[in-house]
Amino acid sequence: MKRLLPLTAIFMLILSACGREDLSTLNPQGPVAETQYDLMKLSIGIMTLVVVVVFAICIYVLIKFRRRKGDKTIPKQVEGNHTLEIIWTVIPLVLLLILGVPTIQHVFGLAKDYSDDKSAVHVKVTAHQYWWEFEYTDYGITTAQELIVPTDKKIQFDLTAADVKHSFWIPAIGGKMDTNPGMTNNMYLEFPNEGVFRGKCAELCGPSHALMDFKAKAVSSDSFDRWVSAMKAPAVMPADPEIAETFNAQCLSCHAVGEKGGNSAPNLTGIGGRQTVAGILFNSDVVADPEKEDKTTAENLHDWIADPQKVKPGNTMPQVDLTPEQIDGIAKYLAGYKLDY
Amino acid sequence: MSAHDHAEGLPHQPETATLEGRNKILGFWIFLGAETVLFGTLFSAYLALRHNVMDGPHPSELFQLPMVFAATMILLTSSLTSVFAVQALHSHKKNAMVGWLLVTILLGLGFLGLEIYEFSEYVHEGHGFTTSAFSSAFYTLVGFHGAHVAFGILWIGLLILQIFKKDLTVVTAPKIYVSAIYWHFIDVVWVFIFTVVYLMGKVG
Amino acid sequence: MSAHAHEHKVKRYTGLMDWLTTVDHKKIGILYMIAGLFFFLIGGLEAILIRVQLMEPNNDFVSADTFNELITMHGTTMIFLAAMPLLFALMNAVIPLQIGARDVAFPFLNSLGFWTFFFGGLLLNLSWFASAVPDAGWTSYVPLASNTYSSGHGVDYYVIGLQIAGIGTLLGGINFMATIINMRAPGMSFMRMPMFTWAIFITSALIVFAFPVLTVGLVALMFDRLFEANFFEAGNGGNEVLWEHIFWVFGHPEVYILIMPAFGIISEIVSTFSRKRLFGYSSMVFATVLIAFLGFMVWAHHMFTVGLGPVANALFSIATMLIAVPTGVKIFNWLFTLWGGSIRFTTASLFAIGFIPTFVMGGVTGVMLASAPADFQYHDSYFVVAHFHYVIVGGLIFGIFAGLHYWWPKMFGRMLNEGLGKITFWTFFTGFHLTFFVQHFLGLLGMPRRVFTYLPNQGFDTMNMISTIGAFLMGIGTIAFLLNVFITWAKPRNAAADAWEDGRTLEWTIPSPPPEYNFKQTPLVRGYDAWWKEKMDGNKEMTPAEPVGPIHMPSPSIIPLVMSIGLFIAGYGFMYDNLIVGGVGLLITLGGMFFRSVFDDHGFHIEPEDQDKGVHA
Repeated sequence: MKRLLPLTAIFMLILSACGREDLSTLNPQGPVAETQYDLMKLSIGIMTLVVVVVFAICIYVLIKFRRRKGDKTIPKQVEGNHTLEIIWTVIPLVLLLILGVPTIQHVFGLAKDYSDDKSAVHVKVTAHQYWWEFEYTDYGITTAQELIVPTDKKIQFDLTAADVKHSFWIPAIGGKMDTNPGMTNNMYLEFPNEGVFRGKCAELCGPSHALMDFKAKAVSSDSFDRWVSAMKAPAVMPADPEIAETFNAQCLSCHAVGEKGGNSAPNLTGIGGRQTVAGILFNSDVVADPEKEDKTTAENLHDWIADPQKVKPGNTMPQVDLTPEQIDGIAKYLAGYKLDY
Repeated sequence: MSAHDHAEGLPHQPETATLEGRNKILGFWIFLGAETVLFGTLFSAYLALRHNVMDGPHPSELFQLPMVFAATMILLTSSLTSVFAVQALHSHKKNAMVGWLLVTILLGLGFLGLEIYEFSEYVHEGHGFTTSAFSSAFYTLVGFHGAHVAFGILWIGLLILQIFKKDLTVVTAPKIYVSAIYWHFIDVVWVFIFTVVYLMGKVG
Repeated sequence: MSAHAHEHKVKRYTGLMDWLTTVDHKKIGILYMIAGLFFFLIGGLEAILIRVQLMEPNNDFVSADTFNELITMHGTTMIFLAAMPLLFALMNAVIPLQIGARDVAFPFLNSLGFWTFFFGGLLLNLSWFASAVPDAGWTSYVPLASNTYSSGHGVDYYVIGLQIAGIGTLLGGINFMATIINMRAPGMSFMRMPMFTWAIFITSALIVFAFPVLTVGLVALMFDRLFEANFFEAGNGGNEVLWEHIFWVFGHPEVYILIMPAFGIISEIVSTFSRKRLFGYSSMVFATVLIAFLGFMVWAHHMFTVGLGPVANALFSIATMLIAVPTGVKIFNWLFTLWGGSIRFTTASLFAIGFIPTFVMGGVTGVMLASAPADFQYHDSYFVVAHFHYVIVGGLIFGIFAGLHYWWPKMFGRMLNEGLGKITFWTFFTGFHLTFFVQHFLGLLGMPRRVFTYLPNQGFDTMNMISTIGAFLMGIGTIAFLLNVFITWAKPRNAAADAWEDGRTLEWTIPSPPPEYNFKQTPLVRGYDAWWKEKMDGNKEMTPAEPVGPIHMPSPSIIPLVMSIGLFIAGYGFMYDNLIVGGVGLLITLGGMFFRSVFDDHGFHIEPEDQDKGVHA
């Protein structure tokens, strides 16, 4: 039984491969995650060796030395054995040395700071209950929930939190770093492959901790430049003046589009082109491989605006007093607000 | 082995004459080990937060060294008098012991009075418990020590009454001895507070 | 012993009052066990609810708020109110017997320790009825646990409940340290102490040096929450990372406080049921001390992602890895105790043998986590959840089950049923691995811990379902254990003194259950494994170290209960800003201390002619 369990589990693991390419740490999509994956493989290798040795001795002993019925013999009382004891002190030390050297090497390697490197892109990440704010300090632009990065540059993150402690994690790209309120942490990542990667909050931050996902989209250098220009372009307001007025009055007190609005809630510039609404409702008209239960951007936006607490319990977005038509209008407007990049 | 022996029949060190007495003293030393960690943690918290004074007064403006020095001297003297009390205990001089214990308590009260006066001065100068992280950590650390002094005064006071009622025996002797160790301990803690909080506050 | 000691008449109670006033370590051990099992069931129920919620994606079995309350209470309850008291149960039941003592050094404090733990735990769990349940995780990180983000009374229950329960634990630690140092039978030098006694000695030292740190942390958090202090308020100069340091400076030794006793239990059982002396006893002792020592300097490995910088991360990585060496020594010593032995498979030995490979799996993932760069991926993911359940359940709980089955006859005079015991083992063991093995992979695939739900299509669904099924199996195992207890309760008390026939240590030389004075004559210890040595020399009993005589016993007392109720009342008073109630509670407690100090306990004597009453041979 004991031997079968891990086997079945491993079999199952093979079935599900190594998880999603855009999420799993076992499918690294960048040099940082690869470094960490290499270290994981090394440690798993060493540890498997240890486990196998222990299991083998254990099973051998249990079979060989089990007591036969009515056996009254007294085994030899052994006090110990210095040679053996030295062996099982030294071998683990050697194994730890093998693991310890690359550990220290990568602790320092991954702590490199590109804050003063002009060729890197600098992003200030501010975590909020339960959304992510990304400020591109080199370009003076801010977005939310969907991080856009170029594939050819290092991205240097300055991480902090606006309320409670969160933790910034894009498993396929690299390990996590905490966002501590009142402090700033630094971390760099690289995104060599184009694509959308899933990001998560990894520190308990309240009821909707589980739903505090974000996306990181890696695009070509040219595309990134186009995105930056598009973000800087003047805001596009709703065509319908009545909706525009409602939007201005009800939404822009907290949210922003382009140069308009406040900054206490996620920036909505170009929201129609994002993969998700609220980080978790996938937009079937945007994502590359929609699941059948996914809804369109407009529908998702409608669901979110109509009852934010239902989607993300405990979040700070109020249920705004809007008529169904107004919600519809705003959802449609936002769904159509796409940036060309 | 009984509670009814009189001072004349006591061994030289009555506090360790019984297993109960030895247990009590050993257990109390272990307890002081725990207390050391407690104050160590309070010191660490204070050291981590002491520069964060926010809008409140800075420690170098706040602390009045002469008064704190006087308090230190009072407490150090009280430690000495509690040593005299234990010496009297070992030579079975009950009255001398009670006398020294009373002096110890009085000095303790003097220290506590100065501390209360000091705290009220600080509050007047805008250094309240809720002013800043520094002030919270300061009052918690120094206040914990003050509470220990206050408890020690009550405890030794109660022991003096017990000595009158029960006489000096192998049951009461370990209590006196243990309370003296306690008193030395809070004295040592104060020396650290004086150095880390007040002296370092003046220079740093 | 002078005759006039008998002048003091001591009221002796029966029935409920006996249990409320007892200062007998054996009865206090049973109280700890009952309370510990009670909280274990509550924590287990919470675990089942957690697993039901996570059975499938986007489940809405419980709300997000309730889920956070469940995980917080599950963790807090299991660590502080189930695991710790169950260890204290075994400590109390066994340690004085193993060292040949008639009681612990401080019987009164022992009772006080139990009752403060109990009322602290009760207060914490009453939060469910007040609809203000702690929900910031068992680590209670600020600012989530601060007034600003947890404005209800939930975290107050955590802070005050743990504070009160912590007093009890600290008292226990002091008590057992003093007991083991001062109360050993003649001839039992430190290097002749049974391994379990060594483990508890070290555990007690860890408690003494770790719990005050928690006390300060909880005081600071309480001051922040109740009196608007600024320890952790970033806006007023406070520092949230300070809480993490304080918590883990306590929290990491706490992990060793939990696992050390299990190491001791396993050592005893492995040795007994293979009829062999513990292999490498001195290196076992040394390893235990070393683990405890290193345990105090590795706390920041819980904080690799906090941003302490590469130097700190490198140092704490290496320090943490080093712990693997003494731990490995222990593992191999157990294996080589079995090697060449004559291994008998009882429920107790099955749990002990199951412990070894399971704990190794938890240990190796621990070394993996120690590698800081890789930990950036593991941290706060389900990988960590799997790891610490492997060490805490696969280590500690297996150890407790092993210990309970092993010492049950000594505690109660009845053997547990072996058939049901084996059902307990196999369901619990299988369920455990089903539940937690897959969680390693959930973490590696990107599932963060403490999530109340997860989206579909992330590759998490099947493994979560397996995990939930495993949790139910563990539940069945626990029920089988309870059934066993109830069924065997009806059986006669007929366990022999040396209930497993191969006992090696002093507890197996006295009747099961032992008389209240334990040893009629203090035994003379002539070597390591004192009882085994006598048996091998052909002796039927220990050589006494003293003549038969009247035995002095401490009096029962209601004061510990009253003092703990005082703290309980004070806790409620302060929590709801009612300083009068708080003051009254504290006065009750101080009054208890006053009474205890002023009115000496002279105890009573059991005369030789009364010593055999009610003791079955």
